[in-house]
Amino acid sequence: MQELLYYYFNWEVFWRYLPDMLGGFVVTVQMAAIIAVAGLWLGLLLAVVRAFRVRPVNWALMVFVDVFRAIPQLVIIVFMFFALPYVGIRLSAFWAATLSLGLVLAAFAEENFWAGFTSVQRGQWEAARSTGLGFLDALRYVVLPQAIRLAIPPLTNRTIAITKGTSLASVIAVQEIINRASSAQAQAANPTPLMMGAVMYLIIFAPLVRLSRRIEKRYAVWSH
Amino acid sequence: MDLIVESFFNLDTIREVYPLLLSGLWITLLLVLACVPLGVLVGLTVAVLYALRARWLNVLLVLYVDFMRAFPPLVLLIVIYYGLPFLGLELREFPAAVLALTLNSSGYYGEIFRAGIESIPRGQSEAARSTGLSALQAMLWIVLPQAVRNVVPPLTTNTLEVIKITAVASAVALPELLRSARIAQGLVYNPTPLMMAALTYLVLLWPIVRIASRFERQMMTPH
Repeated sequence: MQELLYYYFNWEVFWRYLPDMLGGFVVTVQMAAIIAVAGLWLGLLLAVVRAFRVRPVNWALMVFVDVFRAIPQLVIIVFMFFALPYVGIRLSAFWAATLSLGLVLAAFAEENFWAGFTSVQRGQWEAARSTGLGFLDALRYVVLPQAIRLAIPPLTNRTIAITKGTSLASVIAVQEIINRASSAQAQAANPTPLMMGAVMYLIIFAPLVRLSRRIEKRYAVWSH
Repeated sequence: MDLIVESFFNLDTIREVYPLLLSGLWITLLLVLACVPLGVLVGLTVAVLYALRARWLNVLLVLYVDFMRAFPPLVLLIVIYYGLPFLGLELREFPAAVLALTLNSSGYYGEIFRAGIESIPRGQSEAARSTGLSALQAMLWIVLPQAVRNVVPPLTTNTLEVIKITAVASAVALPELLRSARIAQGLVYNPTPLMMAALTYLVLLWPIVRIASRFERQMMTPH
């Protein structure tokens, strides 16, 4: 027991690395916030673009979505950071990771919003247009609100899963929570910083997971 | 254009490194073969225990599921690989990765199966019990087969994610596909191996992506 406390919940180590770990906490929250906001907006925007049904554009969108759904996030991050410089595109580690995950979220979001669009019944479009609304107004005031509502439950889970991916940025040395925890652990020869990191992830994500359960119940549309 | 071909699709490099990448792909496949069945099994157990409706047990099960969904898989892996040896529990890369990914995916699978079991009306298990089946038999032979059929779409989506997440094992130097590509890149000083790894994932997973996205669309269509 004594040993367990000494290794995993060592106060001395805790206080020594707290400021550093808090710095990591801020970086993780920043990344997660940028990814969530930018990814969801871009996804919505792309879904709206798809609603115009211009064939070549839609083909390009489908390729984008499938590529970013099929390739693991870590592979995309590593590619952005280590491969793109060979063709002259240099991104800092922070932005390489944030951009990668933002694009992954945008791909998933586009697909969910678009599925929302298509499941709003055709009659709704026609009714909206027949009251004199233009295409864009019908989209904005009639179809979008319903589509977004349908897309909320799958998107909450997806957003949590992808913002959790900020931990992957540690692989390209972004100084977020788990990166700092690993180096502190090596330096102190004590795994307390790893425990601190784990608790920080719980602080950020456990409430979101709980929230997603609520949202799923509230917005549940499919039941058997 | 030449620069892009030279950097990303360098034929000499492809010839040189493809055996290395193949051995990486093999380890990735082994990881998938270990993690997916284990994750499903643990998740199924969690869901069946939850259906017993034992109050305190359920609180613990929900906590387990929520914790596993809150921890990033890479964090679980690092805690297991670098943190546990202090307890005298030293795991090599492969078992550490299997443990981390199983814990992570069992949270998601557990939640999916729980929803599936809840989608089956209680009358089904009551009828089964009244024919003389035990609670366990009713669960295994009557409720679960129907429950699983109802959750095939989320199971597919989740399994796709589990397969992709195996790439985090590269962080503890397990030479799976991504790690092998990084090693190869260090040997040849060009990013063709990374492109090869990305394309391998794309080719192998694209069919599952198509199926998963069709399922998702069906799930979102209101009845």
